[in-house]
Amino acid sequence: MAVLHTVNKSPFERNALESCLKFAAGGAAVLLIEDGVYGVLRDTSAADKVQMALDSLQLYVLGPDLSARGFDEERIIPGVKVVDYAGFVDLATEHDKVQAWL
Amino acid sequence: MSEVVKKFCYLNRKAPYGTIYAWESLEVVLIGAAFDQDVTLVFVDDGVYQLTKAQDTTAVGMKNFSPTYRTLGDYEVKHIFVDRESLQARGLNADDLVQVAWEDWETGEERENIVEVVDAGRVTEIIEASDVVFSF
Amino acid sequence: MKFAIQINEGPYQHQASDSAYHFTKAVLEKGHEVMRVFFYHDGVYNASRLTTPPQDDRHIVNRWAELAEQHDLDMVVCVAAAQRRGVVDEGEAKRNGKDATNIHPRFRISGLGQLVEAAIQSDRLVVFGD
Repeated sequence: MAVLHTVNKSPFERNALESCLKFAAGGAAVLLIEDGVYGVLRDTSAADKVQMALDSLQLYVLGPDLSARGFDEERIIPGVKVVDYAGFVDLATEHDKVQAWL
Repeated sequence: MSEVVKKFCYLNRKAPYGTIYAWESLEVVLIGAAFDQDVTLVFVDDGVYQLTKAQDTTAVGMKNFSPTYRTLGDYEVKHIFVDRESLQARGLNADDLVQVAWEDWETGEERENIVEVVDAGRVTEIIEASDVVFSF
Repeated sequence: MKFAIQINEGPYQHQASDSAYHFTKAVLEKGHEVMRVFFYHDGVYNASRLTTPPQDDRHIVNRWAELAEQHDLDMVVCVAAAQRRGVVDEGEAKRNGKDATNIHPRFRISGLGQLVEAAIQSDRLVVFGD
């Protein structure tokens, strides 16, 4: 089983997403929550790195945090899947541990 | 104290003193010693600053907790890994970091310094191999 | 599956406590077990019974207390972090000569060993912080 990484800060504020993508092993899942959701929006200066990460990682974004910030599925990088809190729980059970990049 | 032995990884990404996370995460490591788990500390990003030598907090009036790192060998910590790129990006190398000695009281096995500077790939392996990752 | 949840930040200042709350609720709704909710660093402030948030916004402390009541959750506040930040129960007040307490009765103050134990005994430790 692989790791579920969580990132809760914007890539424009902190380097948590950058470090997460650097250290995550292939096959891992990354879930963006809270301000981390900004990391999976299209057309940002962080989008290329995130796009590339999709080659080896599963990327997810927490829907409630996306809506709270005024964005919907159409504004996110294709390939990133939207989940709710129930989906977050499923991801946690399907992976062998959860690692928060705080 | 526990029959179950898990591989614990303490992930340290924050600098000391600017926030309390570095010190309070160390407190978990110290208390955790009583539970006889397989403990590894990993320092990446600004976390590498926690291990710098010659920290002097007199003028800022805060408790200098850096001497505690040197005693980690006495608290069931066998492995301390530091990310090389994080050091390099900050103009540091292994010589800038404290040394942490370790001894197994039962077998007498000794190591002069358990702080190892490693590549990103090794950090990934270490995280993968852990059962639980603590983040602060 | 057994979950342990760790919350590193106080109510309102960061979203950590909110995220943890919604996650914990979802864990329980899916029929999993929550072994312990552990409050560390500024997270200890989630245990103050003296908060008065605006009426038109969520009451974070009460929300946690209600969830704990409904599901008999073990809500633990780290003693060292609590002492440092002035979150006090009867025992701590007596021990440290304080003239008041401020902890919500649904939370209990205990040592960091409770976090380590939760990490050992649970299947998943999920941390919410800054």
